[in-house]
Amino acid sequence: MSNITLNSNEPKGGLTNKWTDYRGSMNLVAPNNKRNLEVIIVGTGLAGASAASTLAELGYKVKAFTFHDSPRRAHSIAAQGGINAAKNYQNDGDSTFRLFYDTIKGGDYRSRESNVHRLAEVSTNIIDQCVAQGVPFAREYGGLLANRSFGGVQVSRTFYARGQTGQQLLIGAYQGLSRQISNGQVEMYNRHEMLDLVLVDGKARGIITRNLVTGKIDRHAAHCVVLATGGYGNVFYLSTNAMGCNVSAGWRSVKKGALMANPCFTQIHPTCIPVSGHYQSKLTLMSESLRNDGRVWVPKTKADAEAIQRGEKKGVDIAEADRDYYLERRYPAFGNLVPRDVASRAAKIACDEGKGVSPTGLAVFLDFADAIQRYGKAEAISKGIDNPDIVKLGEAIVKAKYGNLFQMYEKITGEDPYKNPMKIYPAVHYTMGGIWVDYNLETNVPGLFALGEANFSDHGANRLGASALMQGLADGYFVLPYTIGTFLSKEIRTPKISTDSPEFATAERDVTDRLLKLKSINGTQSVESFHRRLGQIVWEYCGMSRTAEGLKTGRQKIRDLRDEFYKDVFIPGDLEDYNPELEKATRVADFLELGELMMVDALDRNESCGGHFREEYSTDEGEAKRDDENYAYVSAWEWDDNQPILHKEELKFENVELKTRSYK
Amino acid sequence: MKLNLKVWRQKNNKDEGRYEAHTVEATGDMSFLEMMDVLNEQLISEKKEPVAFEHDCREGICGSCNMVINGKPHGPQQGTTTCQLHMRHFNDGDSIAIEPFRSAAFPVIKDLVVDRSAFDHIIQAGGYISVNTGQAPDGNAIPIEKDLAGQSFDAATCIGCGACVAACPNGSAMLFTSAKVAHLGLLPQGKVEHTKRVKNMVDTMDKEGFGMCSNIGACEVECPKEISIENIAMMNRSYLASVFGGRE
Ligand code: SF4
Ligand code: FES
Repeated sequence: MSNITLNSNEPKGGLTNKWTDYRGSMNLVAPNNKRNLEVIIVGTGLAGASAASTLAELGYKVKAFTFHDSPRRAHSIAAQGGINAAKNYQNDGDSTFRLFYDTIKGGDYRSRESNVHRLAEVSTNIIDQCVAQGVPFAREYGGLLANRSFGGVQVSRTFYARGQTGQQLLIGAYQGLSRQISNGQVEMYNRHEMLDLVLVDGKARGIITRNLVTGKIDRHAAHCVVLATGGYGNVFYLSTNAMGCNVSAGWRSVKKGALMANPCFTQIHPTCIPVSGHYQSKLTLMSESLRNDGRVWVPKTKADAEAIQRGEKKGVDIAEADRDYYLERRYPAFGNLVPRDVASRAAKIACDEGKGVSPTGLAVFLDFADAIQRYGKAEAISKGIDNPDIVKLGEAIVKAKYGNLFQMYEKITGEDPYKNPMKIYPAVHYTMGGIWVDYNLETNVPGLFALGEANFSDHGANRLGASALMQGLADGYFVLPYTIGTFLSKEIRTPKISTDSPEFATAERDVTDRLLKLKSINGTQSVESFHRRLGQIVWEYCGMSRTAEGLKTGRQKIRDLRDEFYKDVFIPGDLEDYNPELEKATRVADFLELGELMMVDALDRNESCGGHFREEYSTDEGEAKRDDENYAYVSAWEWDDNQPILHKEELKFENVELKTRSYK
Repeated sequence: MKLNLKVWRQKNNKDEGRYEAHTVEATGDMSFLEMMDVLNEQLISEKKEPVAFEHDCREGICGSCNMVINGKPHGPQQGTTTCQLHMRHFNDGDSIAIEPFRSAAFPVIKDLVVDRSAFDHIIQAGGYISVNTGQAPDGNAIPIEKDLAGQSFDAATCIGCGACVAACPNGSAMLFTSAKVAHLGLLPQGKVEHTKRVKNMVDTMDKEGFGMCSNIGACEVECPKEISIENIAMMNRSYLASVFGGRE
C-alpha cells in the first residue's frame, strides 16, 4: 500500500467568492522570474492550445507537443453542437448558479462543487475572448450573438457556429498559439508523441518523446508538465473519437504515480450512425439537436423487426399502430428529449429485445415524418397556400434546420432520410473519467497538471451537451494560467532542468526497451485486430449496462487478451522510421491496462449513476438507483498490476440538495 | 466489389517512389479509408509494410486525409474529403490510382504522407488577431451584421487540407491563404491588422515555395469545403493596397 493522501486543496470560503478571493490572494510569479521558468504542454487541442498561448503571453517559456502534423488537427475540431456560457443574453433567467446547478445535477452528483462553480463563473469570459479572437459565432439579425437551448436544459445559453463550433473554437486557439510560436514564446513540436513522464525528486520535470517521422527518442525538460491529451474513448475501438485519440500520455503518468479517477464514467451518445460492417473503423455522431424534431421508435413486434432486418420491409411499411415510440411511452414528461444516458440505455433495451431495425439488429429509428407534416401544415397556413404539397413544404423547413446533418447521413449510409426514417444507435463519445486533479488542476504528482477531457474534474458521471468545449477552454485560458503559479512560485530558484540526470537516462532507456520488446514479439496478429477485440470486450461488459458477474468476466478476458498481445502481436516496419503500426501498438498496450481498470472501477461502484448503470442497482422499471450514502466519492486509482488500489475523495455537497433525477 | 489499385509507394523523401499494384475486395458501405484499412490488413497478414496515409477524424473536419484519387485531390465527389468518400461511388472491376498531394511545398514523408507545415508557417505569419487572454471586451460590445458573420464563417470552414495546392498546376496556396484573410478581415475585430496581415501572409506563402496564382480555378473545384475563389480576388486587392499604400 502506498501513502497517498488526496487533498482537493479547495480554498476556504463561500462557494460564490472562493475563486475570486483565491485569485486575489495566491502567490504570483514576477515577470522577470517567468522568463526563466519552462513549462511543457502535451496536447494542443482546445485545452492545450489555449493554455500554451496564455502562459506564453504571461511570459513563461513554453514547449508544446502534439502527435499531429499541426495543432489544428486536434479532435476538439469535431465538436458540433456548441459551447455553454452563463451570459444570460436572452434574459431567460440564466445565471452562474444555474449553470453550476445544471452541471452538478446533470453529472448525477459525482463532481466537486467548487470546481464546477468556477467553471460556470469563467464561462462568460470564454465567449468574450473567442469573439475578440475572431470566432464567427452565429448572430441574430440585430448583430448580437445568437443562442440556442441544448441538451434538455431550460435556458438558452449555448453559443454556436453552425454545426462546427468545435472547429471554430479550435482554430481560434490555434491562431493564438501560432502567434506565440511566431514570436518565439512557444517552441512547437509537431509529430512528437509523449512516451513517458520523467520525475526528478518526485516532481514532474520532463517527458520522453518519439519523433514520429524519424523514430528518434528525445528527452525534454521543464519545471513542470501539463497534460492536455483528451479522452480515452478509443479503448472501445469503435467510438466517435478520431482514430489517433489515445490514453498513453495519461496512462504513462499513472504508471509514474498519478491517479486515474472514475475511469468507468464514459458517455454513450444516443444519436450516432449505426455500425454497418466488421471493417468499420469509427462511428459518426449526429447532433443531439435532431431529437428536438425526430421521434424515436422500433416495431412493436419482433416479427416486423426481423422482416426489416432481412430487408423485406422498410420503416415506412410499418403501420402507425404497430410502432412503439418507447421514449414517449416510458418518459411522457421529457419524451424524445431525455438525457443522453437514459436515451442510450432505452435503445439498447429495445434492441436486446430483438426489435432492432438494421441488418445487425443494432439500430432504432429516428423519424422525421411527423415533423415534416407539422412544419408543412404550419407553413401552408402561414403563407395561405391553397392545395398545398405539405410534404414538400415540410421537407424544406427540415432541410433548413438540419440540412447538413441529413446530407452527412446520406453520404455515409447512402439512404435518403427525408423519405425513410434515419437509423441510429448509441456510441461512445466522451469520457468523464480521467487523471485525478485538485482544485489547482494539479495531480497528486507535484508539478504535473491535467486539463480538459484528460482530467476528471467537472462532469461527474454524465456530461451535459455543449460543456466539453467550455471546460477545455476554461481550464486553458482562465484557470491553469493562475493556478500553475501555486507550484511555480516555489520554483523560482530552481535553475533550468537538465536532461542529463540519471532519471532522464533511465526513462529514455525504458522507452527504448519497451519499443524493442514490442517489435521483437514478431507474432502473427495485427495491432488492429487486438484493438478491435479489446473494444468488443469493453463494450460488452463495461458499456451501456454492467453487472458484477460480467465485469469479472470482462476483466479476465482483457487479461487473457493482454497475454496474447505480448505473445503474438506483429508490428511491421522499423523503429527508426515513420511507422503508424508502432504508434498504434504502444497505444493499444496502454488501452489493455486501462480497460482492465475500468472493469475494476465499475465493479467497485455498487450503484447506478449517470453513464454507469449496474443492472443490480435499478428499480423494477429499470431506472437507475444511485447510492449517495455509500458512493458519493471520487474513485482515484493507483495502478498495480495485480490489484489496483482505491483512494477515495469524499464529495461534500453544501450548496445543492441531492435529488433523484426523474424524467417521467 | 473487386478493385484494382495502383498505390504510390515511397520510402522517404529521398526515395524516387513508384506505383504498386494491389487488388482489394470492398463493399459499398465502406469509406475510402476503410477500403485502405482492408488493404493494409492484407499487407500486414503477408508480413509486408502497410501503406502509410494520414487520417484522423474520418468525418471531414480535421483536414488530415489527403489522397489524390484518379487524378483528383480527395477523389471524384464534389465537396467531399477522402475520408467521407464511400465505395458505393465505385464499381466492381474499377481501377483506382492513389497518390499523395503533390507540390514543391509539400515534401513527401512516406507513401501518401506529406509535410504540410508550410501552411502553419503562413498562419504564424499573421493569421490571427493579436489579443491576449483576458483583454477582451464583452462579447456583445460590437454587433456584427448577420450576413457578414456568415460570410466570415464560410471562409473560416477551411480545414487546411491542401487540396487546393495539389489541384493547382502552379502549386499555389492562394485559396488557403485568402480564406484566412477573409475570415479575419471581414470582421471588425480583424480589420485593425488587416493590411499588415495580408502582406506578411502573402510574403510567407512565396517564401515557402508555393507557386503564383494564374486564375485557373482548379482549387475552388477540388476544395472539399467549397471555399470561394472570390476570397482570392479580395486578397489581391488588399495586397496591392498594402504594397502601394492608400486605400482599397
Ligand atoms: S481552401 Fe479548401 S482545399 Fe484549400 S486547404 Fe482549405 S479546405 Fe483544403
Ligand atoms: S480524416 Fe479528418 S478530414 Fe479526413
